[in-house]
Amino acid sequence: MEIGPGQFFLAQLDDVARWAQSSSVWPLTMGLACCAIEMMSVTAPEYDIARLGSEVFRASPRQADLMIVSGRVAQKMGPIVKRLYDQMADPKWVISMGACASSGGIFDNYAIIQGVDTIIPVDVYVPGCPPTPDGLLHAVNLIQKQIREGGRGGILARA
Amino acid sequence: MSVGTVSSMPLEPQGSQVLAQDGNAMVLSMGPQHPSTHGVLQIMLEIEGESVVKAEPEIGYLHTGIEKSAENLFWTQAQTVIERMDYLAPESNSLCYALAVEKLLGITDRIPERAQQIRVIVAELTRIASHCVWLGTHGIDLGALSIFFYCFDLRENILDVQEAAGGARMHPNYVRIGGLQADLPDGHVERLDALLKKFPTRMRELRAILQKNPIWQDRTIDVGTVTPEQAVAWGLTGPALRASGIAYDVRKAFPYSGYENYKFDVPTRTEGDAYARFVVRLDEMEQSMRIVQQARDAMKAGPITIDDAKIAPPPKEAIALSMEALIHHFKVVSEGIRVPPGDVYQAIESPRGELGYYVVSDGNNKPFRVRTRPPSLYNLQALKGIAPGNLIADLVVMIGSLDPVFGEVDR
Repeated sequence: MEIGPGQFFLAQLDDVARWAQSSSVWPLTMGLACCAIEMMSVTAPEYDIARLGSEVFRASPRQADLMIVSGRVAQKMGPIVKRLYDQMADPKWVISMGACASSGGIFDNYAIIQGVDTIIPVDVYVPGCPPTPDGLLHAVNLIQKQIREGGRGGILARA
Repeated sequence: MSVGTVSSMPLEPQGSQVLAQDGNAMVLSMGPQHPSTHGVLQIMLEIEGESVVKAEPEIGYLHTGIEKSAENLFWTQAQTVIERMDYLAPESNSLCYALAVEKLLGITDRIPERAQQIRVIVAELTRIASHCVWLGTHGIDLGALSIFFYCFDLRENILDVQEAAGGARMHPNYVRIGGLQADLPDGHVERLDALLKKFPTRMRELRAILQKNPIWQDRTIDVGTVTPEQAVAWGLTGPALRASGIAYDVRKAFPYSGYENYKFDVPTRTEGDAYARFVVRLDEMEQSMRIVQQARDAMKAGPITIDDAKIAPPPKEAIALSMEALIHHFKVVSEGIRVPPGDVYQAIESPRGELGYYVVSDGNNKPFRVRTRPPSLYNLQALKGIAPGNLIADLVVMIGSLDPVFGEVDR
């Protein structure tokens, strides 16, 4: 099979782009509840998320790639989470951290949205109440793997 | 994709209607997603240039319905949801709730001494861990990033000790009605000793980084000053009250869990500003460690739960050997315990101030009502009073120095 110069070159560049992208998944600074404290712990010395290139927590959704829904999403907070997700630029990823964000957890009541996936699409769910920081690091690893192995991201793929 | 129940809700925050817009002032919404609001606080600000004319905190973005959920759970199960209120100090919540229910059951005097001492150790360690998170995040808000790493390193050390005892880093549910979930594991005293040995060095470092730092002092001294009269009128408790010169500490005023047996000081300052609150909390961490040391030295072997099978399930070893113990265990787990009718208020000194539970029982196996007095909610009220006339940058200092936790404010 004959490979045109452009084709060959672009395919390689996409790999490089994916590698770069997967090494700089910047999370959004959005703490909701208990899990937010564990989310802070991963930036601290013992866990050090900087090893994965994700220590740059951005306060503005425009600059963030990853939304970590860290904790229970109250009915009042739901629209805000949705709006923040919409404000993030493509490609973007979502980690649902902990039982409450994933399914409502132990709060099966009037106040809590039963799973944040009812309002935004979720890529990785982390179990636990709250999950250990290791769990969150693993979730970021899974997002990185997804990007490297041809999921959303790269310069050829559409978001 | 289904948008669910949220689609019908107004997207505009309700707080925007709180302030009337006139010609000059600009209305700015700060939060609920803002890195320095320490959670999901929204503050509607009326600003002129950089200075705040009016600040209206808008809460409820983390309303979890914990009090209502507790009414649908057994007395013992309710503790799991209650522990998730003040998530910086989970053990304080469970301790206060357990004390309240024990008061209703009339077993306050029958809690074994060892259980009380371990409860004190756990509660004081959680206070230090909570203050670590407070100082780390407060530092980040003001641009002092390095303090965060020191604080979280110390917090990890404390959490390791807590995890060894309770089995979980954050919500161990270790303190139970009638005693504790389990005795301390082997080697725990050594773990505590290692922490006690490391602590003074860490504390010196924390003080060295910030206490005499001129930038830190410039940012915090005379910012957010609360006078003693205001502090009392607004119902402030904890470090926020003691920084204004009023030495009210529930551990001294209404001792519980044997706090009257320990020697410790109640640190106070008279300035009432953000710096005073900062120093009071640092002093408090040292006093907490003093209490932990005393409790650790006083600890003797003994039972860790009340010897009453109607309240606490019998130990596992007994269940394997005794039919009666098995029946009691089955009854306590499947039916829950029954608490005589009545109502009770129990307060403890949580890292943020007076945490109280008003618990009502109708004699059933579930609480009739669990009402919380969250210290953060009352402390947060001060913000409306102290914010006007200050810069927006100082508002960040004020929020940080009041140390609100929104799990507790919104419940």
